[in-house]
Amino acid sequence: MMANTGTGKTKKTKGPGEKEYQLRLYIAGHSAKARAALENLNKICETHLEGRYKIEVIDLLKNPKLAAGDQILAIPTLVRKLPEPMKKIIGDLSNEERVLVGLDIQPLK
Amino acid sequence: MAEKRRSSSQNTLKKAPTGISGLDEITFGGLPAGRPTLVCGTAGAGKTMLAAEFIVRGALEFGEPGVFMMFEENAEELTQNVRSLGFDLDDLVKRKLVSLDHVHVERSEIEETGEYDLEGLFIRLEHAIKSVGAKRVVLDTIEALFSGLSNEGILRSELRRLFRWLKDRGLSAVITAERGDRALTRYGLEEYVADCVILLDHRVNEQISTRRLRVIKYRGSEHGTNEYPFTIGKSGLSVMPITSLRLDHSVSNEHDPSGIGWLDEMLADGRGVFRGSSILISGAPGTGKSSLAVAFAVAACTRGKKAMIFAYEESEKQLVRNMRSIGMDLSGCVRKKLLRVFSTRPTLVGLEQHLVTMHDEIEAFRPDLVVVDPISNLTIEGRVSDIKPTLIRLIDLIKKRGITAIFTSLTSGEQGQSAETSEVGVSSLMDTWILLSNVEHEGARRRTLIILKSRGMKHSNVVRQFLMSDRGIFPLDGDTHPKRSNKRKVK
Repeated sequence: MMANTGTGKTKKTKGPGEKEYQLRLYIAGHSAKARAALENLNKICETHLEGRYKIEVIDLLKNPKLAAGDQILAIPTLVRKLPEPMKKIIGDLSNEERVLVGLDIQPLK
Repeated sequence: MAEKRRSSSQNTLKKAPTGISGLDEITFGGLPAGRPTLVCGTAGAGKTMLAAEFIVRGALEFGEPGVFMMFEENAEELTQNVRSLGFDLDDLVKRKLVSLDHVHVERSEIEETGEYDLEGLFIRLEHAIKSVGAKRVVLDTIEALFSGLSNEGILRSELRRLFRWLKDRGLSAVITAERGDRALTRYGLEEYVADCVILLDHRVNEQISTRRLRVIKYRGSEHGTNEYPFTIGKSGLSVMPITSLRLDHSVSNEHDPSGIGWLDEMLADGRGVFRGSSILISGAPGTGKSSLAVAFAVAACTRGKKAMIFAYEESEKQLVRNMRSIGMDLSGCVRKKLLRVFSTRPTLVGLEQHLVTMHDEIEAFRPDLVVVDPISNLTIEGRVSDIKPTLIRLIDLIKKRGITAIFTSLTSGEQGQSAETSEVGVSSLMDTWILLSNVEHEGARRRTLIILKSRGMKHSNVVRQFLMSDRGIFPLDGDTHPKRSNKRKVK
C-alpha cells in the first residue's frame, strides 16, 4: 500500500465546477505514524473529495531541503496547497472531524 | 527532571570560545564545547545578539561554522540587526560558513489531530548543519514553539530529545529563552539544558539603562559569579569582567614626566610619575585640574607617545581652544595621530557604559597615557557606591596595559571642608595624588599645588604657587626651589 507513495501522485478525475484539492503529505521515512496518516488521508479523501484531489507524499529523509519551503516542523504534516489559503494539519490524521475542519471540507451527508 | 550527569572525569572541560570581549574571561575560555548553553533574559536583553556573535565569531575567528535557527525574526531582520554590530551575515552565508533557517510557526494555520513528532525540525537542523559543516548551533528562541503548537507533552519530550541530539553530535549550542516570572525561563527550559546557564538583564535605574550578564551555572567549570555590566556596541558585545582584584600588574620603574619642569622636580627629582601609575588631580572649580592633566598628555605626545583624553565637560574643539590659551597645542598632536580626544556628555549613558566605552576606545587606540577629565562628573548620575567599583575596574583595565592614567576630580569649593575627605575613598586607588586649590593672597587669588602622596618615590611636600599664562604653567614662588625644599622619602 506504500507503492503509490514516495513522491508519486494519485490522480483522480475532477468533477466540473468543483475546486480541486492539492494536498501534500510530509513524512520522514515509513514510520507507523506516516502509514497511519496516509491511510487516514486516503480514506477521508475518497469519502469526501472523490475525483477532485491530488496527494503528493514527500519523504523528508530523501528530500530534507523541502522542509524549509513549507515550514515543516512536525511529522506527519498535511499541507493544503490549493485551494488557497494554505492550511496545515499535523498529526496522524486520526480524527476525521478535525481533518475536515482543518481542510475546510463540508462533510458529505 | 535532572539530566544524567556525564562522567566528568576529565579535569578540563573543553570550551568553545565566544570571541565576545570579556565573556571568555568570565567563563575561563568560553561556553562548554559540544554542549548546549541556555541564555535567558527579558525581551531586549541582548540574547539574540549574544547568540549571533557566538555564531559569527565562531565562523570567522575560530574556524567553526554555525547554524542559526531563528523562530522569531526572519533571516532579513536578523541580518539587518547583526549588521549594526558590524557583521555581514549575507557574506558568511555566501561563503558557506553560516546557515540561517527561519522557522515560522503560526498556530492559526495549524490544526492538530493525533500523534506527531518534530522530526521535521530535526531534519531541517541536520540539513543546515551538514550544508556548512557546522560545529555551532543557535536556537533563537525555541520557546516560540510553545505558542505555535498546543500539545505540550509532545513538545517537551521532543525538546528533551533535541537537546540530547545536539549533545550526541557534539555541537556547541546556544539556546535562548525568555525570562519567566518565577523560573529562569518561561517554559522551564533550564530543566533540559543544564550545562551552562547565562542570564542577561536590562535594568533602568534613574533613567540610565544598564545591561548586565551573569553566569548562573557552569557545570564542570569555574566561572565568575558576579553580575557583569555589558554593552552592545559597534563591534558587538562587551562584557566588563574586571573584578579580578589580584593586583598583579607588572610595574614599571620608568617615569612619565608631566612636561612641567617645576612639577616634575617635585616628583622623584624631576623624573615625574611612574609609568603605568594612576594619578589623581583634585581641586575646587577653576584650580587648573584639566590644564594640568592635559599637560601630561601633551608631554607624552611630545615624546612620541600616544595619549588619550576622555573629556566629560568640554568638547574636543573647546578643549583645543582652551588649552591653546595656556600655550598647549593639542591640534598638532591630534594631527600626528598621537592624541585622541573622546568627549561625551556624562549623563548620556550609565557608569558601566562609560567604562565599556573607555575600554573599547583604549583597545582601539592603545594609548600610553590616558586622561579622564573628570571622574567626579561620572558620579553625578550614579550612586556614590557605584563609582568606586567602576573606578577599580577602570584602573585595573588601564594598569593591565601599563598605561599611565591621570584622573581629575572636582572637590566642593566650600571653605572648611577638607578636600582630603571629599574623595569618596577613591584616593586609596591612586598612586599619586596632587591637590590644587586657590588661596587669597594680597588681594589676589593664587593657584597652589601640593602633592599629598606619591607612592614609591621621593616627592616634595611643599605647597607651590603657580600661574597659568599663554606660555604655560609657571611657578610663582621662586623661594621654594625644590632643591632646597623639604623632601621626605616614602618607601
